[in-house]
Amino acid sequence: MKEIIKELQKIVGEKYVSNHPEERFIYSRDPGTMEPAEPDVVVMPNSAEEIQRIMLLANERKIPVVPMGGGLVLSGLTRALKGGIVLDMKRMNRILEVNEKSRYAVVEAGASQGMLQSYLKKHHPKLKHSIPDAPPIATIGGNVLIHGSGHISAIGGFHSEMLNGLEVVLPTGELLRIGSCSVTPYWFSRSPLPDLAGLFLGWAGTTGIVTKLAIRLYPDWKFNDVNVFLAEDPEITQDAIFRITATAIPEDVLAALSPKPDWVAGFQMLSVNYGAESKKELILKRDLIRESVWKYIEEKTGGFLPLPAEMKARFMEAPQSQLARFADVRKGGGFEYVGAIMPTELFAQACRLGIEIGERRKVSYSLGARIIGMGHCMMFFFAYAFNRGDKADMKRAQGALEETNERVLEIGGIPWKAEVPAQKQIIRKMDPKTFELMNRLRAMLDPNGIMNPGNWEL
Amino acid sequence: MEHAEILHRCFRCGYCKLPSNYQNLNCPSYLNYRFETFSPGGRMWLLRAWLDQEIKTTPRLSEIFFSCTACGNCVEQCVFTKFKDDLLNVFIAGSEELVNQGAVPARVSDYFKSLNLYGNPYKLSEAESGRWAEGLGIEPYQGQEYLFYVGCAGSYDEQGQKMTRSVATILKKLGVSFGIIPKETCDGNEVRTMGEKGLFEKLARRNIDQFRELGIQKVITLSPHAYNIMKNWYPGLGGSFQVYHYSQVMVGLAGKIKYPGRKKELLVTFHDPCYLGRHNKDYISARLILNTIPGVRLVEMDRSMADSLCCGGGGGNFFTDILGAGPESPARVRVQEAKATGAEILSVACPKCAKMLEDALKAEGLEEKIRVMDLAEIMLSHLD
Repeated sequence: MKEIIKELQKIVGEKYVSNHPEERFIYSRDPGTMEPAEPDVVVMPNSAEEIQRIMLLANERKIPVVPMGGGLVLSGLTRALKGGIVLDMKRMNRILEVNEKSRYAVVEAGASQGMLQSYLKKHHPKLKHSIPDAPPIATIGGNVLIHGSGHISAIGGFHSEMLNGLEVVLPTGELLRIGSCSVTPYWFSRSPLPDLAGLFLGWAGTTGIVTKLAIRLYPDWKFNDVNVFLAEDPEITQDAIFRITATAIPEDVLAALSPKPDWVAGFQMLSVNYGAESKKELILKRDLIRESVWKYIEEKTGGFLPLPAEMKARFMEAPQSQLARFADVRKGGGFEYVGAIMPTELFAQACRLGIEIGERRKVSYSLGARIIGMGHCMMFFFAYAFNRGDKADMKRAQGALEETNERVLEIGGIPWKAEVPAQKQIIRKMDPKTFELMNRLRAMLDPNGIMNPGNWEL
Repeated sequence: MEHAEILHRCFRCGYCKLPSNYQNLNCPSYLNYRFETFSPGGRMWLLRAWLDQEIKTTPRLSEIFFSCTACGNCVEQCVFTKFKDDLLNVFIAGSEELVNQGAVPARVSDYFKSLNLYGNPYKLSEAESGRWAEGLGIEPYQGQEYLFYVGCAGSYDEQGQKMTRSVATILKKLGVSFGIIPKETCDGNEVRTMGEKGLFEKLARRNIDQFRELGIQKVITLSPHAYNIMKNWYPGLGGSFQVYHYSQVMVGLAGKIKYPGRKKELLVTFHDPCYLGRHNKDYISARLILNTIPGVRLVEMDRSMADSLCCGGGGGNFFTDILGAGPESPARVRVQEAKATGAEILSVACPKCAKMLEDALKAEGLEEKIRVMDLAEIMLSHLD
């Protein structure tokens, strides 16, 4: 390893290579419940060219390589399960281009969500990108590659659907571009070419290292508002989701239910965010949203929550910092969730499932869903808090997560950014031919099997 | 260890790495090193692992702890309101454990030794601490309204001395009644944040005893570091004085200064010192002073006030230089940010910031583009 470390130091500089026990300790784990797995060395490259050289070296020596963005997936995807190199991408955080007219931004893969958000506010105030509710240090690259979603997903779908193009270093060291940028100087779309981006989306870093990407930008409205629809019956909330998204007005529709605080227990809150260029337009949009669920307001089975200004600001915050605070519910710095991608028609069933698991297993839970597109599907989250200082409590949360993964698959959903055990559960349910194709593609791209080994394997 | 009960509550969400607008990295040591270990969350988890004996005491662990500049950005930005106030306290407690084990970097140890032997980190006689005052007609303290306490950087560092002389000159022009202690002892702010509790108490008690003997009730400090420790920590050792940073005294009197004629517009940006700003919440005094100077137009950097990026000189790093002066050192990043405002002057209110940023200007080759000037220096330059 000593010799390899020297080689790595030659590539990225001594300062950005570490095999100290401290770095190996921190990079062996994420804030979720998965057991730690130590890398041999942590490396922080600063360019695609450096990554190419690292990959050539890793291939020659057959050393595992685990690419890492913000390290905030919570499901342990950036742990070095077979040792080797963790490639911390966050030095590559430059915002390379913002095309105002074609509404896209080109960034390095380690650029953070917060950094782009702030950059756009200052330099392109009429544009914004879809921000996930991960902390702002989470990377844009990481979130797109795991099929994340965010504050504009009701319009734009998954963040991977907002992807216009990629620059990638293959496991064998070649650098290439995907999407319109492979043909023209513009990063405007993945169409009309054969869509090779799929070779890198959702693969948990097992097929290559994305170094640059272009994402779509959206109008940042002058006026913004949020309305929160409240109902006690999940079937009504489910129907309200379909009615509200059918208006094609909201940028974001987020459902939440939690047994705490007491005043929200038993209710589902559906926050509907939208914007407009004028106050008149905003009022019109608000009225159309209300009109869409008027049936329930008349029946008094649902209604809109009056929101004090402070509460409204919290619902409109992007990312919502209060979500991170869920980690302290058990005074113990931890939570993890099963984010299940599933049809929206399973919303009510998923609510009942989450409550049943949470209550039976006596875990602190919070449930909810971000609606993707006009109700086309959703990311339903089953979040469980735990006390990091209490091993038994962590185990309790882990048990709830494992059961949830299994039950989600049973009812027709698929765990998102799945932990390694959940990946195996998915593979077992998957059409064997699909998994065979995955393996063939992977073997073709990564002949030495060095990319994040242990993931998407049986 | 004190505050150990909060360690496992950190989620490592990373809000602590950023300013409130998320614009760029705002934790000085994380900005410089980029490994997660050097972020506040990394320190929290490492400290817990160290106390649980999952990791050993190593030079790297010491480097991680003593590269913290104690700037307070993590405390400001952490979203966990129930324990965020103790973030810095737990890092200090961790450093204290390392100090107690004798596991500190050589430069830190050398710093402690110098303070112990000489009462200052420059290894110079305390008798030289008042040299800056030669020719200014400033009297030793003998019952004037205020003691003007200068501190180590303002007494011994060449650039610090320039700042001290400017501040003293302006205080005189404003008619402030003050005297100095020709043989000053270090205020102890840095050693406290570095976990050397015993040495801190020794230094602080020397100052407190001396102030008491001289009958001092009011203190004006040159450095925000001295202001912080005397205002917030000396009372715990029985030393209760009315303590002001010089900008807080000047702000009430600045209107008295009659500047000659009209001046052409001068774009100035202000770098908030951590110990005046985040630690003591005074973001206003310095800005009000700048606004009284004819022609001065204040432009803010992207990161200002509670979001200000530390110069990297706190937590003893001004002397120990654990952080180093590479291209991603906070001072070099900060001067580039200042230059981006279009300002001709990067104004400061701390001798450590002044030196750190001046050196960074040279390293970045920006001396021709922007100058570092203390508030009082700007005032004086407009009196010519």
